[in-house]
Amino acid sequence: MVQALGHATIALVRDLGRAGWFLLYSCYMIVRRPGSLVHVLKQLRFIGTKSLFVIVLTAGFTGMVLGLQGYYTLAKFGSEGMLGTAVALSLIRELGPVLAALMVTGRAGSAITAEIGIMRITEQIDALETMALDPFKYLVTPKFIAAMISLPLLCAIFDVIGIYGGWLVGVKLLGVNPGAYFYEMEKSVVWRDVYSGFVKSFSFGLIIAWIGCYKGYYAGHGAEGVAKATTESVVLTSVIILVWDYFLTSVLL
Amino acid sequence: MITLRNVHKSFGGQKVLDGLDLDIPAGQITAIIGPSGEGKSVLLKHLIGLLQPDSGTVEVDGESIVDLRRSELNRIREKFGMLFQNVALFDSMTVFENVAFPLQEKTSLAKEEIRSRVVSALEDVGLKNIENKFPDELSGGMKKRVGLARAVVLKPKIILFDEPTTGLDPIIKRAIHELIRDTHAKFGFTAVIVTHEIPDIFDVAQNIAMLFRGRILQHGTPDDIKNSSDPAIRQFISGSLDGPIRMV
Repeated sequence: MVQALGHATIALVRDLGRAGWFLLYSCYMIVRRPGSLVHVLKQLRFIGTKSLFVIVLTAGFTGMVLGLQGYYTLAKFGSEGMLGTAVALSLIRELGPVLAALMVTGRAGSAITAEIGIMRITEQIDALETMALDPFKYLVTPKFIAAMISLPLLCAIFDVIGIYGGWLVGVKLLGVNPGAYFYEMEKSVVWRDVYSGFVKSFSFGLIIAWIGCYKGYYAGHGAEGVAKATTESVVLTSVIILVWDYFLTSVLL
Repeated sequence: MITLRNVHKSFGGQKVLDGLDLDIPAGQITAIIGPSGEGKSVLLKHLIGLLQPDSGTVEVDGESIVDLRRSELNRIREKFGMLFQNVALFDSMTVFENVAFPLQEKTSLAKEEIRSRVVSALEDVGLKNIENKFPDELSGGMKKRVGLARAVVLKPKIILFDEPTTGLDPIIKRAIHELIRDTHAKFGFTAVIVTHEIPDIFDVAQNIAMLFRGRILQHGTPDDIKNSSDPAIRQFISGSLDGPIRMV
């Protein structure tokens, strides 16, 4: 029992150390050898452009739900005019960055792990190493750069679509004054709110690339190993995003 | 010349290499034979630093490759080419892109020069007009040939072959062996082949080393191995079920 606990602790510490080293080395490689522009553009297309549909869809319905819930809550206090503020602040400060990141985790984070994991088990990563090439330059850093650029942009799109989703329900369906919706929003939302949302998105992009690449790079044996790594990657990334969001919010508020 | 001295390697408490000594002469074809699961591929990966020994030394042309910094290791790896057991072609790239990749990344050759070298490397291994195919559109034998073309395209000093004929029919096996022999005669590299192909390998390799229980049991010419009196080597060559080699 004590021995098993000791083994588990050693394995955990080793895993944490390896993950920390992976992040540091990735950041070092981004500065020293960021990879070719073509690789980065390919990843931008995969992580950013191809996530647009799911981001627009999620943002639209999130904004609509916020409009609906917000309207009935605010109506109790006769403050329906504040609906724009409630929707915008919820989205810009919190829901935009977090939901966009969770959507990208499910769509692109899992694919990153599976792609690198398959390359690991089919010895394609070893093949790069035997050619005296650093696999990080080809497989890891382009994904880091693309995720850190894509997430803030996707978050901005999420915010805008969400605000219009809330407008559609609040103004068009439930009769909130359209002038009040945007006027109150403009009055309440300050640059710091937008800035904190972007800081969050940027760091979530780093987390998605970090865990996605790390889990794939150290995937276990065979198809089962890759499947396990992919599941762990999605779960761990989602949990880290939510925990990190709490700490970041407490600092940025 | 590659030299291994007193190399130990364990995985999860299980000893794979146990004080192994081996000298691989330059410019010759050396085959490493031995029962499955004895650590032949593990040994091969030590030669190029994909695995590091728990203890012992591995030297390539007199330079140790144990615990080197990545940049130093990469400098030594530039001497190597490797054909993996499962070929390890980049599956998102075409055949042309796979063979051209080392040239694009390691040289400053012009596009036209790269194209002509790739076409020439593919022709050397008997392949034509498959440049635009993806690896999953090729047969096992064709993949091995493309892997060989990729391994030789930079004209390395040393090429490692990890079971180059596993899973191929006897005719393609023979063709691959002849290809290795012909390419070796043409370029004069040092070749290390991990294989089970008895007796075919006797016609290909100039040196043979038998790995058993984590050590080199005997290292000599094909005739030395064929005429060995060691019971494990005799059993392995004859394929007999009786002897010191036990099926796990």
